[in-house]
Amino acid sequence: MIATESLSKRFPRVTALDRLSVDVGPGVTGLVGANGAGKSTLIKILLGLSPATEGRAEVLGLDVVTKGPAIRERVGYMPEHDCLPPDVSATEFVVHMARMSGLPPTAARERTADTLRHVGLYEERYRPIGGYSTGMKQRVKLAQALVHDPQLVFLDEPTNGLDPVGRDEMLGLIRRIHTDFGISVLVTSHLLGELERTCDHVVVIDGGKLLRSSSTTDFTQTTTTLAIEVTDTDEHPDGTRAVREALHARGVSVTDGSGLPGAGHVLLLTAQGEETYDLVRDVIADLGLGLVRMEQRRHHISEVFTDSDDQRDEQRKEAVGHGS
Amino acid sequence: MAAEQSMQTPATAPGDTRIHNIGYRSYDGPRLGRGYARLSLYSQSLRGSYGLGRSVKSKVLPMLLFVVMCVPAAIMVAVAVATKANDLPVDYTRYAIVMQAVISLYVASQAPTSVSRDLRFKTVPLYFSRPIETADYVRAKYAALASALFILTAAPLLVLYVGALLAKLDFTDQTKGFAQGLVSVALLSLLFAGIGLVIASVTPRRGFGIAAVIAVLTISYGAVSTLQAIADVQGNGDAGTWIGLFSPITLIDGVQSAFLGASSAFPGGVGPDNAEGVVFVLFTLGLIAASYGLLVRRYKKVGL
Repeated sequence: MIATESLSKRFPRVTALDRLSVDVGPGVTGLVGANGAGKSTLIKILLGLSPATEGRAEVLGLDVVTKGPAIRERVGYMPEHDCLPPDVSATEFVVHMARMSGLPPTAARERTADTLRHVGLYEERYRPIGGYSTGMKQRVKLAQALVHDPQLVFLDEPTNGLDPVGRDEMLGLIRRIHTDFGISVLVTSHLLGELERTCDHVVVIDGGKLLRSSSTTDFTQTTTTLAIEVTDTDEHPDGTRAVREALHARGVSVTDGSGLPGAGHVLLLTAQGEETYDLVRDVIADLGLGLVRMEQRRHHISEVFTDSDDQRDEQRKEAVGHGS
Repeated sequence: MAAEQSMQTPATAPGDTRIHNIGYRSYDGPRLGRGYARLSLYSQSLRGSYGLGRSVKSKVLPMLLFVVMCVPAAIMVAVAVATKANDLPVDYTRYAIVMQAVISLYVASQAPTSVSRDLRFKTVPLYFSRPIETADYVRAKYAALASALFILTAAPLLVLYVGALLAKLDFTDQTKGFAQGLVSVALLSLLFAGIGLVIASVTPRRGFGIAAVIAVLTISYGAVSTLQAIADVQGNGDAGTWIGLFSPITLIDGVQSAFLGASSAFPGGVGPDNAEGVVFVLFTLGLIAASYGLLVRRYKKVGL
């Protein structure tokens, strides 16, 4: 879908992209990076709107420098910022945008009605956009990116400014763009947890450099960690400790969830398979404690960042060491 | 809302007709590409210049100005028919000069509406993420405003012409005058649209755009006509003619009095002669080209 080869973009003062080489296949791909990591710059280059300083890039097998218009006909783009005029209705706006993508008038109207329905806008689509909530505006922005049935959409921070429920709905919608509509997605975010749930593949960039590119399962599959929380009883005033000792006696190593919310009350252990679940259940039942929760805890992509930060700190220390 | 509910009720009732979610349908139809997109933007902008496809509030001013533009023409025609005059009270070429305040108001109100809105609400990146290029956007917007202005300025001429024919005035004479008038307002439309758009494209604030366009058009005209009057009083008619280059309306006046058989509105009634007229024409065309160039340059930067 997308391939870049030592792609660089330098502005007079900053280097936005630094020899970035990345391959993105079909599916939902997350582009993660802190603010200013070069995500939006990359999208602009891929749309053929901004020339790269060096290196080359292809979208859908088309070169971004020479085939810009052909690429833009087949991809959709949802910008990060507000981009909707307040005095027209969603229907009128999206119809106009469909025609700007080359759809004949009748098709533009049909596709607009379909697309607005799919993103979840119903009777409100005839009202001026100025009166919409942030969530509705995001849906209109998404609709204008999808209305011409592209093969690939670039979504720049689609969950920006949404409340938790709105975020979940938007993420669900993004997932459906691929599974139901068959459109590949490149979605940027600085929130890693979001992309973990939504994407097949995650590309992490930092300071314009590629930090990591792999599938989401690779990121999180290393181990299955179980988190357990139990109640306290009169018999066992510290239920957590009792469980830890009991499990220890059966040869299962348990750590407390330090650094996690509720640390001290949460026990973490590595699940070896079905037996581990049974064992935990039996141990707790024997002790007569109440099981508050037992959940799988996946490793979070954020650990990628923490790792790299640690590395950088180490490098910095070394550098300082050499300096002194 | 009521319609929505009545549609949903049978869908949930068991055994009745159901509304099925037909799911996502992909689009295999034609994609008409860049030229069509440019044309769509042109027609949308042109309609927008008269408030069509926009709120009722935004229709008021352009429609009102259009009526104000045409009413005097209708009155003149009525008078000419009633009094069985031998000629219309105003030349075709003179009409736009007389009504310049209305034209300026129209440019000032609609140029910012056309481009400042896209800048202010950041819709421009959406256009450039589609097949069209910077130049397509500029051409569509420029052509749309110029066409809107042409409709505004040519409509009253049409009223005059039809009226003149009804009053059984000389056909050849009237047709020639009408044609000259049309050429003149076409040039005027291009020039005013260019100047208006260049000024409006600098600011995302519509209010500033309106004020700036009015200021540029009226101050330049005020200054030029004052200087021309002074030059005329001092008997320096030549200098007066050249000063006419520096305001859009006197520029058009100069062009049409040199080549389109118009009587000049310059003080003393003496416009540029043919040689001087060439300079006026070149200056006009130069301004139009410069406006276009500046707009393209402006949007090269804004596009991102």
